[in-house]
Amino acid sequence: MKKLINSPETVVTDALEGVAAAHPSLSVDVENKVITRVGGPTPGKVGLVSGGGSGHEPLHGGFVGYGMLDAACPGEVFTSPVPDQMLLATQAVNGGAGVLHIVKNYTGDVLNFQMAAEMAEDDGIEVVPVVINDDVAVQDSLYTAGRRGTGATVLVEKIAGALAEEGADLAAVAAVAREVNERSRSFGVALSSCVVPAAGKPTFELGEAEVELGIGIHGEPGRTRAALTPSRELAAVALDAIRADMPVGGDLLVMVNGMGGTPLIELYLVFNEVRKYLEAHGGNVARNLVGNYITSLEMQGFSVTVCQLTDTLTRLWDAPVDTPALRWGR
Amino acid sequence: MDAEVFRAWIVSAAGVIEANRDHLTQLDAAIGDADHGINLSRGFTAVLGALDAAEAKTATPGAILTLTGNTLISKVGGASGPLYGTAFRRAGKALGGAADVDLAALSAALDAALAGVQQLGAAREGDKTMVDALAPAARAFSKAIAAGASPDDALSVLVEAATAGAAATVPMQALKGRASYLGPRSVGHEDPGAVSTALILGALVGAAQAGR
Repeated sequence: MKKLINSPETVVTDALEGVAAAHPSLSVDVENKVITRVGGPTPGKVGLVSGGGSGHEPLHGGFVGYGMLDAACPGEVFTSPVPDQMLLATQAVNGGAGVLHIVKNYTGDVLNFQMAAEMAEDDGIEVVPVVINDDVAVQDSLYTAGRRGTGATVLVEKIAGALAEEGADLAAVAAVAREVNERSRSFGVALSSCVVPAAGKPTFELGEAEVELGIGIHGEPGRTRAALTPSRELAAVALDAIRADMPVGGDLLVMVNGMGGTPLIELYLVFNEVRKYLEAHGGNVARNLVGNYITSLEMQGFSVTVCQLTDTLTRLWDAPVDTPALRWGR
Repeated sequence: MDAEVFRAWIVSAAGVIEANRDHLTQLDAAIGDADHGINLSRGFTAVLGALDAAEAKTATPGAILTLTGNTLISKVGGASGPLYGTAFRRAGKALGGAADVDLAALSAALDAALAGVQQLGAAREGDKTMVDALAPAARAFSKAIAAGASPDDALSVLVEAATAGAAATVPMQALKGRASYLGPRSVGHEDPGAVSTALILGALVGAAQAGR
C-alpha cells in the first residue's frame, strides 16, 4: 500500500492544516477538529452542522461556506467524531435561531450526535437532528441498523443550506432537509477496496474481474459480488435497485459520484448511461452533479443518487453557493 | 477492592487492548469497518493520560470509572466510544463515593453498565454485540455471589461467562450496528465488541484477584 501521508496517526490533523492553509474562507480548529466559516455565526440564521468520519472528502468540510454548512466535524478516518467536537461546532454556529444537525445513519454517528444534542440543549441551544438514510443497497428493517446515509447527504446540505440562508426558521430548514432525504435514493458499486491508513491494507479483497454491488462508503460489503460487466449494465443494476424503491419519473436531480479512485472520464461515461436509463423510464435529468463529492478514500467505483425534484427544491438547488467544493451563482 | 485495584484494572485493560489491537481490528474488518482495535487503543491511551493527570480526583473506584467513561466518550468516537463510555460512567455512578467495593457492589455496577449500554444502543442478547459478552457475565457473576461462591470463584465465573458469550457470537446473525448490513454474511465471525468486552472484563478479574 502506498499513501501520501506522514504517519497513519496524524493523517486527519495534517490534512486539516492543509485545508486551513488552502481555504482562507474557512476557520479550522485543528486541535479540536472543527471547521467553521470565517467570521462566525450569522445572527438570526439557522446554523447547519454536519460531521462524520474522515476519508469522504470533500464531505463535509468542503461544503462549509455560504449557502451550505456553517460547520463540519471530521472524525478519525471512517470513525464518527466525538460529542465534544459537535458541541463546540454547535456553539460556534449558533446565531440565535437554533442549529440543525445533519447526521448520516450509522450507529456511531447517531449516538455521538445524540449526546452532543443533549449537551447543547443543556447550554440552551435548540438542536434538531435530521438523519440521512438514502442507501437502498441495505434493507431497512427491524433486522438491521436501518439504511445507511450516503449521497443524499450532499443534496441535503446544499438545499437545506440554501433555505437557511434565506432566513427560514429551524422547523422549516429541518423539514426541507427531511423532504430531500425522503425524495432521494442512492446505490454504490465498487471496483476496488479502500485502504484505511491505520490498517494499512485493503478493507476487503475483490478479484480482478469482480465488483461489489451495493458498497457502502466505508468499504462495507453491499448486496452481492458480481462479475465486472459493461458500465451500461452496472448503471442499470444501481438504477433498478433505486427504481424498485422510488419512482423515477418527472424532473430529477442526479448525482454520479466518484468513490475517490475513479477517473472523471469514467464518471461522465456512467452519467450518460444513467441519463439514458432514466429517460427510458420517464425521468428527466433536470439537474446533475458529476464528480467526487462523497468519497471512500482511494476506492474505485461510483454511486448514483436520484432525487425527485419539486419547484422549490430546484430553486434551492440553483441558489448561490460558495464553498471549497461546490460553488455557483455568486 | 479499593481505588488501587480499579486503577490496576484500567491500566491492565489498556495493555490488553493494545496487545489485541490488530486482532480486534481484523475481527472488525470481517463484518464492520476495520477500526475497532485502533479506536479502543486510542481511547485507552487517552484514559491512561487522564488518570495520570487527575490522580487527586480519582481517589475512589467510582471516580476512576467515571473518568474512564468520560475520556472514552471524548476520544474514541464511532459507536464504541459512547457505548463503552456509558458503560464505565454508569458503573462509576453505581459505585458512588465508596472507598472500598465488595462483590455485591461490583455486581450492581456491572448491571448498571449493562443497562446503560442497552438503553443507548437498544441491543438485546443474541443481536451479536458487546451485550452478548456483558449480559451473561453480569448474570453469572450475580448468580455465583447469590449462591455463596468464594470471591475467586465468582470472579472466575465472570470472565468465563464473558469469554463464552463472545465465542457464542460466531454463529449469530448481526441485528445491530454496521455488521447488521451484512445480514446472513455476518454469520461465522466473532463480534469484535463482544471480544473487547471479554478482554476488558478479563482485565478486571485479573486485577481483582491480584489485589485480594
